[in-house]
Amino acid sequence: MVATRKIKYLIIGNSAGGIGAAEAIREVDKAGAITIVSDEPYPTYSRPLISEYLAHPYPVEKMVYRQSDFYEKNKIKTLLGEKVIQVNPDKHTVKLENGTTLVWQKLLLATGGTPIFPEMEGNRLKGVFTFNKLDDARAIDGFLNQYRNRVRAVVIGGGLIGVSVTEALLRRGVEVTVVEMKDWVLNTILDEEAADFEAQALVHAGTNIITGHTAEKINSYLPGEVSGVTLDDGRVLSCQMAIIAIGVQSRLEVVAESGIKINRGIVVDRRMATSAPDIYACGDVAEAFDFVYGVNRLTPVWPNAYEGGRVAGLNMAGKPAKYQGGTAMNALKYFGVYIASAGLVTPPDDSYQTLINRYDGIYRKVIIKKGKLAGLVFAGDIEKSGIVYNLMKDGVDVSSFKEALVADDFGLASLPESIWKDRLESSPPEGVPVITSIEKPEELVIGD
Amino acid sequence: MKKVYIKEDVCIGCGLCEVYCRLKHSRSKDLVKAYKKETPRPLSRLRVDESGIVSLSVRCQHCDDAPCIGACLTGALSRDPSTSLVIVDEERCIGCGTCTLVCPLGIPKLDTAQKKMVKCDLCQDEEIPVCVANCPNEALLYAEVEEALT
Ligand SMILES: Cc1cc2nc3c(=O)[nH]c(=O)nc-3n(C[C@H](O)[C@H](O)[C@H](O)COP(=O)(O)OP(=O)(O)OC[C@H]3O[C@@H](n4cnc5c(N)ncnc54)[C@H](O)[C@@H]3O)c2cc1C
Ligand code: SF4
Ligand code: SF4
Repeated sequence: MVATRKIKYLIIGNSAGGIGAAEAIREVDKAGAITIVSDEPYPTYSRPLISEYLAHPYPVEKMVYRQSDFYEKNKIKTLLGEKVIQVNPDKHTVKLENGTTLVWQKLLLATGGTPIFPEMEGNRLKGVFTFNKLDDARAIDGFLNQYRNRVRAVVIGGGLIGVSVTEALLRRGVEVTVVEMKDWVLNTILDEEAADFEAQALVHAGTNIITGHTAEKINSYLPGEVSGVTLDDGRVLSCQMAIIAIGVQSRLEVVAESGIKINRGIVVDRRMATSAPDIYACGDVAEAFDFVYGVNRLTPVWPNAYEGGRVAGLNMAGKPAKYQGGTAMNALKYFGVYIASAGLVTPPDDSYQTLINRYDGIYRKVIIKKGKLAGLVFAGDIEKSGIVYNLMKDGVDVSSFKEALVADDFGLASLPESIWKDRLESSPPEGVPVITSIEKPEELVIGD
Repeated sequence: MKKVYIKEDVCIGCGLCEVYCRLKHSRSKDLVKAYKKETPRPLSRLRVDESGIVSLSVRCQHCDDAPCIGACLTGALSRDPSTSLVIVDEERCIGCGTCTLVCPLGIPKLDTAQKKMVKCDLCQDEEIPVCVANCPNEALLYAEVEEALT
């Protein structure tokens, strides 16, 4: 079946990237038909909140990323619970699993990521889960609800998703062991010292962390059910459930045979355009410009997906826009420990300079190369991290004030005047009436 | 849209703006209690950054192209269509700090007790923001920008 009416803008993916694009398109083109397809059956929701959902459970209404009238207000048609199986760039069509073919003028691939699922003995057993979407959280919730006694879980992989599911499981009273192959948890987004803040909090909350080891197989005594996990050193951890959280990869199946240029993700230019005419990509599926590395890379975080989607949407609607670039960046608050990081977290070689300050349980680090920032880690207090992040994003030469960036009293005033003046609107336009006070300052109430 | 501008050359860094902001966001509205006794501790939405002789009273600028809105993980941040202010929906904010990390001024403050982000709303229920009203040196200016220009 071929839908005869052409869809002006077809978006695959109803999450950060897809919504960013749809909103940008509507700023430029109020009427052109927009259709969003997603194989998830829900209105757009905040993916990172699946851990809150699992922990409480959290009402689904609080997880929505946009208000319930969003689609109607923006005249967006949705095909939810429908899967795209193939993209045909030449014919400007996509094929859905249900047999329908859709014809489009501009297409956005915002298909996100999918958990890496290793070939491992026992990986199909009941009690083995991944943690990437609301249905995963629902499945784990359902599984936990069957048990009256304390459940034991092994989380394979100590990255962001592993830590996220661990926090939720602990809040549900599950006993958790995290197995991390590298030397410390969260190693792709934190240096060892900041990760230690998190590791201590995890341990304090009752987590057992095993680093430097991998899971070799998932064991089963009762047919079909998980009974434990065997590690590479032969150790056996007994458990009823195993969560596989070893990483996420771009979800590329729809473009596999399309001829669109792919590396680890779909390669896009600074307009977020792919190698095929009229096809754009953004978010976890796209390899877009990384301003720290100066090359295209996967930077699978929510803000970059939204921003990339926004740039794609503007270009799709005919308004030229350029992606300033993104980089790996995360703000974490697991177990009440506040950490922010962006760009590099450990210098790759000695051509980089590292500045560190530690005081009152606060840790601050910046990495600099040739006068420019290449990375930051703030732990304990992340306020003002944005000042440093934006200096990095804007490629500002920080040589003359770099020590100030990690100082205890760091703030906007620590920057050269030209920079803070540029960031603060310090004077209203000429001729604007200004108010500086009401009649007289109110009386202070002091003490009882 | 209304904005607070700072005249940093007459600011002496006395910090009264911060004091009044914290007082405004306290439950007791009593200075001593707000500082010493209230838990959770009321938080000032603005910050005075100092270095040498420079003092800057910094608050949310409600940027035209507000990066915090696009970065917000939960959709809690948006622009209010009637006031043009960047506002946070406390119900949906999880206090993750992603907005803090992308804000060029590092403004969004995390209320760790409430697990929410807090930010200046220009004292919507006051005639003029309390910081502006109480600055003894008139270093803070409150101006209605677009209206005056058009
Ligand atoms: C537990 C967890 C915690 C996280 N925490 C953070 C965090 O703290 N900070 C942060 O920045 N990021 C975090 N992330 C990452 C963040 O969620 C992603 O970077 C973001 O969701 C990427 O958005 P996207 O639009 O590219 O794709 P996704 O959000 O992955 O959405 C893609 C959508 O497209 C659909 N789709 C894919 N292929 C098809 C198809 N063929 N047909 C139909 N539909 C299809 C998918 O089902 C999905 O709904 C977290 C992720 C998880 C899982
Ligand atoms: S929080 Fe920061 S980025 Fe957001 S509007 Fe205010 S000043 Fe701008
Ligand atoms: S702290 Fe709140 S407002 Fe800021 S990004 Fe997180 S959820 Fe959004």
